[in-house]
Amino acid sequence: MHVRRWLQRGLAIAASVPLIAACEFSGPQSALDPAGPVAQAQRDLFVWTLWLSVPVMVGVFGVLLYSVLRFRAKNAEDERAIPHQTHGNFKLEIAWTIIPVILVILVAVPTVRTIFSTEQRVEAGPDDLAVHATGYQWWFKFDYLDHGFTTANELIIPVGTRVVVSLDSADVLHSFWVPNLAGKRDMIPNNDNQVWFVADAPGTYYGQCAELCLGAHAYMRFRVIAMEQPDYDRWIASFQNAAAQPVSADPLVERGRALVAQKGCVACHAIDGYRPGTEVGNPDFPSLTNFGLRTTVGAAIADNTPENLAAWLRDPQAMKPGNYMPTLWRADDPNREDEIEAIVAYLLSLGRDGQASGQLTLGGIHGGQ
Amino acid sequence: MAVSKVTVPVPAPESTPSDGLFTRPTWTTGIASWLTTVDHKRLGLLYIFTSFLFMAAASVEAFLIRLQLAVPNNTLLSPDAYNQMFTMHGVTMVFLAIMPLGIGFANYFVPLQIGARDLAFPRLNALGYWIYAAGGAFLYSSFFLGGAPDAGWFAYSPLTSLSNNPGNGTDFYMIGLLVGGIGTLVTAMNLIVTIVSMRAPGMTMMRVPVFTWMMLVTSFLIIFAFPPLTIALLQVIMDRTFGTLFYVPEAGGMPILWQHLFWIFGHPEVYIIVLPAFGVISEVIPTFSRKPLFGYPVVILSGIFIGFMGFAVWSHHMFTTGLGPVVNTAFALTSFVIGIPTGIKIFNWLGTIWGGKVVFTTSMLYAISFLFTFTLGGITGIMLAVPPFDAQAQDSYFVVAHFHYVMGGGALMAFFAGLYYWFPKMSGKLMDERIGKLGFWFLVPGLHLIFFPQHIAGLMGMPRRTQTYVAGIGLELPNLLSTAGTFVMLIGLILLLVNIVHGVLRGKPAGNDPWDARTLEWSVSSPPPHHNFDHQPVVNDRDALWVQKYPESVHGERVPESASEPYDAAGIHLPGQSWYPLFMGLALLVFSYALLFHNFWVVGISLAMVFFFTYAWALEGVGGHHFPAGRRGAGQHSKEGHA
Repeated sequence: MHVRRWLQRGLAIAASVPLIAACEFSGPQSALDPAGPVAQAQRDLFVWTLWLSVPVMVGVFGVLLYSVLRFRAKNAEDERAIPHQTHGNFKLEIAWTIIPVILVILVAVPTVRTIFSTEQRVEAGPDDLAVHATGYQWWFKFDYLDHGFTTANELIIPVGTRVVVSLDSADVLHSFWVPNLAGKRDMIPNNDNQVWFVADAPGTYYGQCAELCLGAHAYMRFRVIAMEQPDYDRWIASFQNAAAQPVSADPLVERGRALVAQKGCVACHAIDGYRPGTEVGNPDFPSLTNFGLRTTVGAAIADNTPENLAAWLRDPQAMKPGNYMPTLWRADDPNREDEIEAIVAYLLSLGRDGQASGQLTLGGIHGGQ
Repeated sequence: MAVSKVTVPVPAPESTPSDGLFTRPTWTTGIASWLTTVDHKRLGLLYIFTSFLFMAAASVEAFLIRLQLAVPNNTLLSPDAYNQMFTMHGVTMVFLAIMPLGIGFANYFVPLQIGARDLAFPRLNALGYWIYAAGGAFLYSSFFLGGAPDAGWFAYSPLTSLSNNPGNGTDFYMIGLLVGGIGTLVTAMNLIVTIVSMRAPGMTMMRVPVFTWMMLVTSFLIIFAFPPLTIALLQVIMDRTFGTLFYVPEAGGMPILWQHLFWIFGHPEVYIIVLPAFGVISEVIPTFSRKPLFGYPVVILSGIFIGFMGFAVWSHHMFTTGLGPVVNTAFALTSFVIGIPTGIKIFNWLGTIWGGKVVFTTSMLYAISFLFTFTLGGITGIMLAVPPFDAQAQDSYFVVAHFHYVMGGGALMAFFAGLYYWFPKMSGKLMDERIGKLGFWFLVPGLHLIFFPQHIAGLMGMPRRTQTYVAGIGLELPNLLSTAGTFVMLIGLILLLVNIVHGVLRGKPAGNDPWDARTLEWSVSSPPPHHNFDHQPVVNDRDALWVQKYPESVHGERVPESASEPYDAAGIHLPGQSWYPLFMGLALLVFSYALLFHNFWVVGISLAMVFFFTYAWALEGVGGHHFPAGRRGAGQHSKEGHA
């Protein structure tokens, strides 16, 4: 009676393991949850090797378990017994040389095919999106080569289009890794590298630097956001219109616009259309153009909400220890909160006044979160 | 074959006057006797003891790493502190713990297994140890002198350039490994000369015990693998000290070059660690299966083949650096090929157990766990050799899990098997089997609890070397399990230490041959006498001792009686001790600090000291005394010793 109940429970749990496993292994940064052909091919190879390893494990562990149990010395006398002193067996040696050779060939053939189908260097054609990605300590710069603008930490791509990313680093090694879309490729100074991928469905895919770069390495994150073509076109258009940023009717926003100059923000950060005829910023720092369209602050470490943005401005080191953003206000500065509020209002207005305002449909976070 | 008759041309049996600065010391007890020892057994113990000290430090570092990663957004360690922890954990385990542990066993047991009196160059052996000890102390002093190295154990350029890493942690790494490498090199040369030229009469290469064979292969790997590392280290030292531009990208330097040079060393280094472990397993499994190693020549040849191939796979550490599809294909195929001899070894170990009488000692348990864990690590190794999958797994926790399966669950567990196996020989006492097995059942399951979930964490997108991770993408559970595992494994490690101390203080007498083992080290007393063998053993077969004990089990008839021959009438020459290895080690330590602090006067003085000590070393004279052993029939070779 008891036994049967436990057996039923055990079976129910056992049956649900694959289900649990399947949802546990999905996610916006999971290599087992591909959203494009490159990551799919990489995952398929992993699954293939996993299947091939099953007979190896069953064979080796089965023989190991069987032989240590079957041939164990049963008592002290047995421990002194002398079994037949076999030195080897030529046929067996041949057999277990051939078995791994066959297994290795079974792995090697699809491996070589996939290497050439996913790692071949490609030229970006007219139908492709060409992006130049530069790794910096501790953020990613994305130059849209066909459109002539620059953004940071969020790579917006159209669904179903091949994205060809040329990779470079401005300082130490970094690595460009978006597990849902493609395996990583290192960003190395003086070393042209490339990665390409396609996103099959709209959505937000998490990326992260995968090569130790000290300091805030753990916080060097980014996102790839795949949009349907019309949304993507509107997003591109908003950047091309950024040069003609209107003066806001909101005095708070205009105060923020003045403050980003007073506090020195624009010494580093570019903002296209900051004032007509005025170029601000330095290309080696993250651009804030159309910052209101970003989904995150601090290189994809927090959602881009007014609260998070204010917290970031108040104490960047608390949110992202080790990063190069200076703390702009002393804790006892009486104007701190007012000024932060104005700058937040200004930054979040960027990109939202024009056509794109409120019309972009961002795909949800991949993996249903 | 008169290879190892110890015939030193010394006229008198007692100590000779020295030509050097000091007479060669002759202490037999006390600290000075250890500081000046040239005895391979004492040096072996020093190696093993020191590697355990460093392993303890590395365990503390690992423990802190896992505490930091127990939950997301933990703030126990700052990013800087975390980087130092995992860098020093890796550097320690590779260079100061596991590799020297293998060398320690080799020091102790290679001469005993081949029937030799000592290594070929006893003082050189001591020099190797003192450089290792000095190098380890030098590296660890970095914690008190401005911060430990923090660029990872492979210290990728340009993270190590002066502009990117101005602290002197990187200098400690570069100089420490450079100087430490000298010690490893001289030890490797010493082992090669010993194994090639000092084997007992009759011990042909195909009769050499597998552990010794694997140490021979390992020593060649060391000699060919360390020079590329030395070159790379020198380049970075020159970049940082003299302003050269090998690895300065702004001046056109090529950081990728470091990766090639490092991994041309680094992959053979993996086998420098693992091949001795294979050797230990090839001793333990036959002994406790009471059968000869299955397919001895195949196991030896596959070890040699792995050694060769180890130099042809380095770029599989660089699949994601954009070498292109052709290069990635080539290195994927060579990496697959290296899986074949590894598989063959595993099959032969299984063949050894098959049909034997398996004695479940703690040592055998560790060996069995090695087979299990190393097979899993081998499977993930083949997976990682698939470049498209490696693109996902590289630099993720999947890789961390893989190399801890082969280095920790593989090599280290094999050495623990070796420790339980050889402890009675080294101490003369038995370790407690109950504590041993209890410890095993914490240690190995704990190890799997730590590292199995890390495969999952890596596949879920967790990069290695990050001191925190994002909540909500499935990384919490694997990390928490992993951290829980450290507590379980810690209990196992503590029980292991308890058992060692208990064994030394309270252990029951072991006798010569507690395991009814197969090789010559078990033919002498435990611990062995200073001069090792009363008689020169003469070897007629593989498993020399077993054949002496049970000739009919192998031949079905008795082999000729003569299993040993007397040494010269003068007895066995035992050389005097020497201060110079220690002094050279200290001079190199001074050199290291002087170079680190850019004090070139002291650099010059320390190099002059090294030169002077070399000179004095050469003129020190032979010294020592003769042990009056060697009369036929007087030694421990009688069968009573095994009863």
